[in-house]
Amino acid sequence: MSSDDDKRDGPVPEDGSAASADREHDSDASTTERERGARVADETSATTPSASTPGQPDEGGGRSTSADPEGASTGAPTATALKEREEDWETIAKRYRADEATIDFSSQLGAVATQDETELLTINMGPHHPATHGVLRLLTTLEGEVIRDVKPIIGYLHTGIEKTAEDKAYWKAIPVVERMDYLAYYFNAMAYCGAVEDLLGVEVPKRAQYLRVIHLELNRIMSHLVWLGTTMLDLGAISILWYAFRERETVLDLFEYSSGQRMHTRYFQIGGVADDIPAGWADKLQRFLDEMPTRLDQYEAMLSKNEIILQRLKDVGVLDAESLQAWGVSGPLLRAAGVPWDLRKAQPYSSYDDFDFKIPVGTVGDNYDRYAVRIAEMRESVKIIQQALDGLPEGPVITGDRKVALPPRHELATSMEALIHHFKLVTEGMRVPEGESYYPIEGPRGELGCFVRSDGSSKPARVHMRDPSFVNLQAFGDMARGEYIADMIATLACLDPLLGGIDR
Amino acid sequence: MPDLAAFERLVGIVGAVGDDAVVTTHHRGRRAEIQVRPDVIGETLERLRSQGYTHLMSLHALDYYPDEPRFGVLYELLSYEHQDRVAVKVRVPLSAPRVPSVTPKWPTASFQEREAFDMFGIVFEGHPDMRRILLPEDYLGHPQRRDFPIGGEPILFTGNEQRNPGWWK
Repeated sequence: MSSDDDKRDGPVPEDGSAASADREHDSDASTTERERGARVADETSATTPSASTPGQPDEGGGRSTSADPEGASTGAPTATALKEREEDWETIAKRYRADEATIDFSSQLGAVATQDETELLTINMGPHHPATHGVLRLLTTLEGEVIRDVKPIIGYLHTGIEKTAEDKAYWKAIPVVERMDYLAYYFNAMAYCGAVEDLLGVEVPKRAQYLRVIHLELNRIMSHLVWLGTTMLDLGAISILWYAFRERETVLDLFEYSSGQRMHTRYFQIGGVADDIPAGWADKLQRFLDEMPTRLDQYEAMLSKNEIILQRLKDVGVLDAESLQAWGVSGPLLRAAGVPWDLRKAQPYSSYDDFDFKIPVGTVGDNYDRYAVRIAEMRESVKIIQQALDGLPEGPVITGDRKVALPPRHELATSMEALIHHFKLVTEGMRVPEGESYYPIEGPRGELGCFVRSDGSSKPARVHMRDPSFVNLQAFGDMARGEYIADMIATLACLDPLLGGIDR
Repeated sequence: MPDLAAFERLVGIVGAVGDDAVVTTHHRGRRAEIQVRPDVIGETLERLRSQGYTHLMSLHALDYYPDEPRFGVLYELLSYEHQDRVAVKVRVPLSAPRVPSVTPKWPTASFQEREAFDMFGIVFEGHPDMRRILLPEDYLGHPQRRDFPIGGEPILFTGNEQRNPGWWK
């Protein structure tokens, strides 16, 4: 803006462009309206020099780069009126700038809105709002542009998956459970299978554990990539979305290659995984692993030094670790506030203790830390996958317990016992001993725990998912209160709520 | 899961709340669980908090139909210090499905208690906002109860309406 201010007094040619030629005609135009239109053009020309002038709607048809007959025929008196008006503008603008300069945006958010009157405005955002990342409704109480209160209203995506799972045999419940948090399907399946394996007392073969780790970490990268793309889209950075989704497609291709589906793969079974990885999959994965760190460097080159992104993220949505923990927040949000709590380290499951990786933590707990932690987590995930791929042990990929896992196809032709097991498993499913189990894992959004109660039958008596998005969303009010409404969108995006997981 | 000695110490600490405060305990596999009387749940969690179990990670409700007391509420506590988990359970009957709310002390329980109310009809007394959370406000019944019929949800399309619904009045 400042560069434009000194051009206000008169027409100044600008780079010899078409826009400057227009402005010269306009300076002696007959009406003040015309002059104001030119100023608008002047201001917009700072960003889009070539397209600005023809685009102004109220400037009549004569404003082309060719000679303007109307402009040429105007007289002198109007020019003085213009000058007076110009001075008015100058003083108004100066007063405005002076007013603006007195506002301390950092500490007096309330004062901006309350200097004249206190008026609260309740507006409803959603459930259909692109920036809410799903069908989330936010009942916001605004004072000017400042959020005074925000209430998330959820339930628009409730599909009763937990009830549906109670009506399915244990192994048939995996596909429905997978569909809760639809960006973390491997995690949902892992938590559920882990809980059932706990009840059954089944040992998962080492190779299956490693394959699970590879897929879980690929899923984490994929989920964080979707988060990265959509969040930056909310902040106005569009191109990163395409880059992030390009890499996400590579991951989805890998999923499709190993399990036949891009999403909701049902690859994890109770007792192991559905099948061994196909020939050539490891090479494809290796190519992805070689490429991904470079891609992350490229994302960071685009974002981490971007002035706009930094101003939108830094010191926005800050919430200290104590409040976050009181709200039950876990995962990257908590780690961004400086608490190095990661279930993969603290209570290792599925052989996570075999791998060497770090837990990225932030310092302040603002949106920038949340961004940085997630980027760093993707790097660590790549490291984990590399180690799991290099150390992938030989052996079976699913437990040999025929009461739990289907017998291999070739046995069906020769073994009567295998046929019976197959029949029983497919028709009735496995019977799980009575008991209750809670199996927490580290999902991309925090602690994803699955609670399963068995009453001794072949169907679970209760499946409950402790979804991190559902619990984390409670802290959103504390994060957003006192912020501008635009920052609330950024904070919500950095919270990374997934409505499929919240409503289940 | 704490080992048996540590678990018994925790049970002793919780049991000191009052006579018959601890109903039963369970310690097997990966799971350690203390079942307490519903009216002492707040005090129980506070005592466990003083023992390092400072995080309430999850709260589940469940239905033991046809057993009585029918409903159970489970509190999954986590200790960063011991890297350990302990579960606390309360059981309430169908005739009086009321549990004191722990939301004032543990804010994270807010949504989860509302969900338990929504799905099972367990009322958490003292919760600041005891409303349905996932289902519509006017929904009848609590669908996660074991005796709630699957497919029992009537869908009223406007074409099937027998008389003027008058919802706009």
